[in-house]
Parts: sequence; C-alpha cells; structure tokens
Amino acid sequence: MPEPPGIDTALAAELLTEFLRDELQRRRGIDRAVLGLSGGVDSAVTAFLCARALGPHNVHAFRLPYATSSASSLDDAQLVVDATGIHCRTIEITAAVDGYLQFEPDASARRRGNVMARTRMVVLFDQSAKLDALPVGTGNKTERLLGYFTWHADDTPPVNPIGDLLKTQVWALARYLGVPEPLIEKAPSADLEAGQTDEGDLGISYARADAILDFLLLGYDDVQLAARGFELRDVRLVRRLVDATHWKRHLPTTAMLTGTAINEFYLRPVDF
Amino acid sequence: MKPAKGRYAENLATAGEAFSELAADRPELIVFPEAAFTGYFLEGAVYDLARTADAFANDLAAAWSAACGDARVDLVSGFFENAGGTFYNSAIYVRIEGSRPHVVHVHRKLFLPTYGVFDEERFLSRGRDVGVFDSIAGPAAIVVCEDAWHAVVPTLAAIKGARILIVPSASPGRGIDNGGSGELTSVTRWRNTLADTAAEHGIFVLYAGLAGFEGGKGMTGNSCVIDPWGTVLVQAPALGACIVRADLDLREVVLARANLPLLGDLRAVLPDLLLDDAWPVSRNRYDGDVSAN
Repeated sequence: MPEPPGIDTALAAELLTEFLRDELQRRRGIDRAVLGLSGGVDSAVTAFLCARALGPHNVHAFRLPYATSSASSLDDAQLVVDATGIHCRTIEITAAVDGYLQFEPDASARRRGNVMARTRMVVLFDQSAKLDALPVGTGNKTERLLGYFTWHADDTPPVNPIGDLLKTQVWALARYLGVPEPLIEKAPSADLEAGQTDEGDLGISYARADAILDFLLLGYDDVQLAARGFELRDVRLVRRLVDATHWKRHLPTTAMLTGTAINEFYLRPVDF
Repeated sequence: MKPAKGRYAENLATAGEAFSELAADRPELIVFPEAAFTGYFLEGAVYDLARTADAFANDLAAAWSAACGDARVDLVSGFFENAGGTFYNSAIYVRIEGSRPHVVHVHRKLFLPTYGVFDEERFLSRGRDVGVFDSIAGPAAIVVCEDAWHAVVPTLAAIKGARILIVPSASPGRGIDNGGSGELTSVTRWRNTLADTAAEHGIFVLYAGLAGFEGGKGMTGNSCVIDPWGTVLVQAPALGACIVRADLDLREVVLARANLPLLGDLRAVLPDLLLDDAWPVSRNRYDGDVSAN
C-alpha cells in the first residue's frame, strides 16, 4: 500500500511562519494570536508556529477543559507552554456548557461535544477581542476533508496555518518543530468521551486515510486506488466521508435573488 | 515586489522607494512582476483597478522621476489593462526619458489560467499575439506567467527574433513534498522550464516573480536571470520582496546559438511541420475515446 505523502518540514515551517506574519501583521496590523491548546498535536504545532512567527510573548493560549476532559490533556498542553514560552490561561467551560445543557438532559454525546466545541470558540473570540488578537485555527486537512470537526466551531478562526496539511504531515512537522514527544506519540482524540480516539471514530487509521486522500483528491477512482494496493473498503469509507461533508467546508448557503448576490456576482477576494 | 492588495498608490510609492535605492547605480532596464501594483487575485475588483496602458505608463514615469529625475530607464511591469472596457492581464514596456514615458510595447497575456486556484478567464480577455520589439538591449519579447509554460510561445518569440524573453509572473507556490530539495515543486518546475527555454532558443530569460501571501496563497518570488546557455545567473530567495541584478552580455546569445543551433534548425523545419496534414490540432478532430471507460 502506498505511503502517505511526505513533507519538506523545514520548507513548510518557513512558509507557514511567513503566512502567519503576512496574515496577522501585514494584512491586519495585528501582532497577537489566541488559540485553544487542547493537548493534541494540531494545536501544539500551531502554537509553535505562532511563537516562531510572532514571538512567544504575542501568543496567548487557552486551555478550555470541560468537567470530563482528561487531566493528561491539560498536562500535555502545559508541555507546549513550557517548551515555547507562550502565555497560557485555563478557563473551565463546564459552567457555561452545563448552563445550557441542564435544559437538555437527554442530549447525545455528539450534541454535547458540539456544544463544548462551540463554547470554546465563544471564549476564544471573546479573548481575542479583549487582547486585540486574532484567533488562529488548528484544524488539519484530514479532519477537514473527512468532516471530523464541529461546523462553525473548530473551523471558525479567520486564519489557519495547518489546514492544508494532512494529519501525517502534521506529525512530521511536529517532530521538526520540537513538539514534545508525548503529544506526537499519543492517539489523537477529540477528548469528548473517555477512551475516545479519532481513528476509532473514523474507522480508519490516519496513515491509510491520508494515503488514500492524496490520490482521491487528484481524481483517481476506486478501481485505480484498489489497483495501487488500497483496501476497497477503506477507499469507499474515505470517499463517503469526503462526499458527505462538502457542505461543512463552505459558508452557509444563501438564496440568490438578484444579480448582485454576494460571492455569486459581487466577487471580491478575502484580502481585498 | 510584495504589493499591498488593491492599494495601487501605496504600491507605486513602494516602487518609488526601490527606485531611490537604485539611483546611485541606475540599471538600464527594470522588470516588475505580473500584477505588481495591485496584487494578483482580485476577482471582480480587477475592474476597479485596471488602467489604460498610457495611464499606467504615466504613473510609472511619475514614480521614477520623483526618485531619479530626468534620468533614462526602461521599465517592464505587469498590470491589469482597461482597453476601452475590455480587460486584459497585460505587461508594459515603457521607456522613460526626461520624465516622459513612451510606451514601446504592451503584451496581453495569451493563456489565462482558469483551473484550480486560478480564475482569470472569468474576468479577463485573452491576448492574441506575441510581438517582438526593440528593448534597450536588443530584440525582446514579453510573455506573462502561463504563457511561458507553453513551449510554443517562447518558440514563436525566438523565431520572430527575440534575444531576450521577459517573464513577469505571479505564481502561487505549491508542492511541499519535493524530494528534500528545500524548495516548492512549483518553483523547481518554473526554473527548469525557464532554463530549458533559454537553452533551447539561446535567449536570455528575465523572470520577475510576485511575492507575499494573498489570502493564504503564497506568491513565490524567486525572480531570476538565466543566460542563453540555460545557466541561472542570479535568483532571488522565495517569498520576500527583493531586487536582483545582472549584467547581460548580448554576445552570449550569438555564442550559445552557434554552439547549439536549435533555433536555426527549427526555422528551417517548422514550415514543413505546420503544413503537415497529420497535425491534429489544426482540425480538432476526434481521435477515439481515451478514457478508462
């Protein structure tokens, strides 16, 4: 079976550092970044990149645990803070989340997780206003493609340095940047339920998913992918997840009624 | 050049600062990238920012003269051209002498990339020809960005007599898995294409690449000068704004062509090739289904 695509980590780090400087300082005149630090490798890599681009004193990380969040996630996030020298504050979201969910005692685990994710974004955006900072996103390309994120939560920050990197590339970049090894070695998890892992939820390993995605995005069909050694079951799973979640990678659908509809006829780039 | 998106006057001022830097040792020819004074990805705003060639030449002349007075210079720059309500992705060659601009040549981009991240043909019209004109250093042609990726375009320029190929470009970088080369795949592809072009036709290639991120797309910079042997004389680093300089010895063109007379051979054979009835593009014929199904 083909390996996932590689990455020139030094080059990627240089490009993403320059991207952050351009997007925050040059385009918006903002020197500070805020980000949620989950204890996972994605937010760790983002924190390291922000520290390189803006200086650690300009990076404000937030640990935002819910009552059921694992203690090890907090510890792992602290390793990133210690390694980079960025600011860090811990704000419990339990009261805010439960303030709503007390009226919805039967909410499923998925609904509860979405409420937590959106509450975390409420905090980050509010802190960005307080600190005159920009929220920086931490979602990787694999989870974006598989739809493994909460819409209008994880994908909300206006800039995202790692959104075009597959998970396996994020791991490689993490090693280059010096992210503490426990964060790279542990099984990725949304940490919404005890024992939860991304790969368990998705039904496929990141290594397999990334290798398939690399071909699938170029237009290879299932037969061509099977001929390259991929399991047909895996190919179909990945394709189904991608096809079912296109909507999550777009802005809300607006009914077009005029010849000046925004983003349909009235077209301006995001940085204009 | 790393323009501020859409801020034309501010970018002219930036160019003026660069002109001041060069005042003590003025070059004879300065080349700016594609869309150098507006940024590249403009979508519908291209209609707000497009200029006539004369108006753009006047603005360049004003910026030059403010820094260097009445000194003479030849400038090349990409710009979005408003030609009476038809819009082009163009590049101008303007001679400035005594503070007055003279438009020597305007090339309108032939190949408008409209795939993937690109959307040019939605907003712009295609140019129709590639012309050769007298530059400060002899016969030259301008091609813009993707024009240079179609081997036939530099070939036509060389056949028409160009000894210098000027390539303003805006290339959003891509390809981070490039075999440990330390540069993006697209940068390697560009340099190989330009070097092969230079060596095949025995021409100098002057490549000016736009720099800076535009909405997450990193323009690669990497401006370079390649001699008629295909050797890169100087290359700017990636991403940042940068001035690179080179002295061109036009006798190198003669030497390169004498040692590898591919252009002369092509001149002899091309008419036969074009008349060959087997040339399929001329009839746009159906050649059978080549898809997997």
